Amino acid sequence: MSKGVLVDLTKCVGCGSCMVACKMWNKLQYTRTASDKGGEASLDAENWTVVNKVETKKGNESVWRFVKNQCLHCEEPACASACFSKAIKKTKDGPVVYDANLCVGCRYCMLACPFNIPKYEWDKTFPQVRKCQMCSDRLHAGESPACVGVCPAGALTYGDRHNLLSQAREKINSDSSYIKHIYGEKEAGGTAWLYISDVPFEALGFRTNITTRPLPQYTESILSLTPAVGLGWGALLTGMYVYNRRRNEIARENKSGKDNG
Amino acid sequence: MATSDKWRFPMTPTRYVLLVLGALGMLLMVYRLVFGLGSATNLNNEWPWGLWIGFDVLTGVALAGGGYSTALLVHIMGIKKFSPIARSAMLTSLIGYLLVMAGLFMDIGRWFNFWRPFVSWGYHSVLFEVFWCISLYTMIQLLEFGEVATEKVQKRWHGIFKKIMPVLLIIGVLLPTLHQSSLGSLYVIEVGKLYPLWWSMLLPVFFLMSSFFVGPAMVTVETMLAGRAHGHKVDLGVLQSLIKVSGYMMLVYLVMKVVDLVYRGAAGLVFQGNLEGNMFLLEMVAGIIIPIIICFSPKLRASKGGLVTFGVLVVAGVIINRMNVVFTGMSGFMGGFYFPSVIEWLVSIGLIAIGVLGYLFVVENFNILPKHRHGRATDSNVPAEDKGAVKYSV
Ligand code: SF4
Ligand code: SF4
Repeated sequence: MSKGVLVDLTKCVGCGSCMVACKMWNKLQYTRTASDKGGEASLDAENWTVVNKVETKKGNESVWRFVKNQCLHCEEPACASACFSKAIKKTKDGPVVYDANLCVGCRYCMLACPFNIPKYEWDKTFPQVRKCQMCSDRLHAGESPACVGVCPAGALTYGDRHNLLSQAREKINSDSSYIKHIYGEKEAGGTAWLYISDVPFEALGFRTNITTRPLPQYTESILSLTPAVGLGWGALLTGMYVYNRRRNEIARENKSGKDNG
Repeated sequence: MATSDKWRFPMTPTRYVLLVLGALGMLLMVYRLVFGLGSATNLNNEWPWGLWIGFDVLTGVALAGGGYSTALLVHIMGIKKFSPIARSAMLTSLIGYLLVMAGLFMDIGRWFNFWRPFVSWGYHSVLFEVFWCISLYTMIQLLEFGEVATEKVQKRWHGIFKKIMPVLLIIGVLLPTLHQSSLGSLYVIEVGKLYPLWWSMLLPVFFLMSSFFVGPAMVTVETMLAGRAHGHKVDLGVLQSLIKVSGYMMLVYLVMKVVDLVYRGAAGLVFQGNLEGNMFLLEMVAGIIIPIIICFSPKLRASKGGLVTFGVLVVAGVIINRMNVVFTGMSGFMGGFYFPSVIEWLVSIGLIAIGVLGYLFVVENFNILPKHRHGRATDSNVPAEDKGAVKYSV
């Protein structure tokens, strides 16, 4: 069963517990270069999740919202489809995980991700790609991700993705303050992390114009042409070559002797 | 015997400069391999790909396309009048690919793992196809060069190389067709990220076509330069017919671009006056439309100036196009800032310098350029530079 997490943005109080739990469980450094909480918080090699404070308007009143950001663990991850050495894979449980041993360091995954999630260890001689692994080892052992377990506000719910989806749908339909959209249900073909909110997602810094077609399909539709194009073109080239050589030979025989100008 | 057994490489002031640049580049490459990408480049989380991928690889591969287009015209389609430029074009291409391989190697963060994709097959990745095709094609080109090399060294192998040439040539046209287009496919996954003036499902076709029509333009520029450096008469007639091949292809390209933009509803973006729109216009007007005009007005095409202008514009146009895809078109989405570091520039320049030196060395020691028609003076008192122009054997 593919697992997921439902984030109810109306409940988050911005305490940052999730991000501390993430640091502790994954043994990540506290860096001075990038903050992990507040307006400017950004993901980086040591920040696998951040909580952004967003000041926005709800109706006429100014409100604060706190947006937890991390890899969304796409159902059909663009990063994994872009990786040419299979260093990124989607596991059965749901997490999209990275294996440094296979990684060449081309950084195509970083370009491919529609959410700009994977980050790089720029200061290392042999850098790794770094991003949330959804605590895949914990999940495998039947536990929830470290961040979910510590949330004091009940903003994060862990469970089967399709259960979470129906839960989310129920919530937004029964409470008129919610935006009628589950972010992650269809974005990029669907993600394991789902968000509901009472403020429009674009106002919270979410990328909202994402295609709903799974990204790997774009490239697959092109790559699947390769064998046919290769074979067809190869045959054509061989044909042309043989034909022209024959033609030249005949021409040479006719000229008899007068060759190699 | 067409070539003498002696090796020569007369040093000139230019060559000393190139040598220094090349050596400096090498030194910095070692620095980068030891200290990592972060300390050698200005790449960052917003801009994971920079000068080395954008210029050394994406642009380099396109510019090195002169080899396969010439091989297709001369050896496969059997158009004999182009054969005087065949070897030179294919040599430049080989050197180009070797530089691309070096550039790629510089750019991968975990270079000790470079061989992984050969065993851990991420075949659903476009990069996988690019990686395999480029590696194989470089191998094929080295083998193709074997036919030239064995005219001078290891002569007993010459027969074998001659025998396998047909196979090499066919594979050697097939592979570039695949990976030139795949380089475009690399950016197909940037749906909604790459500016709509460039993002299209037809990116692979556009990349393929431009890599093909830039071939004759590169050959024109090279031939002119080589003609000056080695004092042999350039056959304008050959170049004129050659660029017509480009011209027709560019016409089709232009029409396809326009249709594609209109079809995707992106045509309105062209004249918005923003950076993206202007860069797109520059690329299309300078790199496509003006060259097409030159190509199809007989007066301009027949003049040396016209030919050179054509060559330079088309080459510049393709460079701008690749840069637009990698930088201009992505900047709106990526945010952040990137400008190549001094080390990045010097490594790229160093690689090019090494390439030029390599080209000069090979041209002066092997049968590459056709013998100049105006054969005056005996071999012994021709200026050193001139000796490079050796007899071309079909
Ligand atoms: S959000 Fe990005 S990094 Fe995470 S699985 Fe999706 S494509 Fe990969
Ligand atoms: S950087 Fe590593 S994980 Fe990312 S695509 Fe390249 S090889 Fe795969």
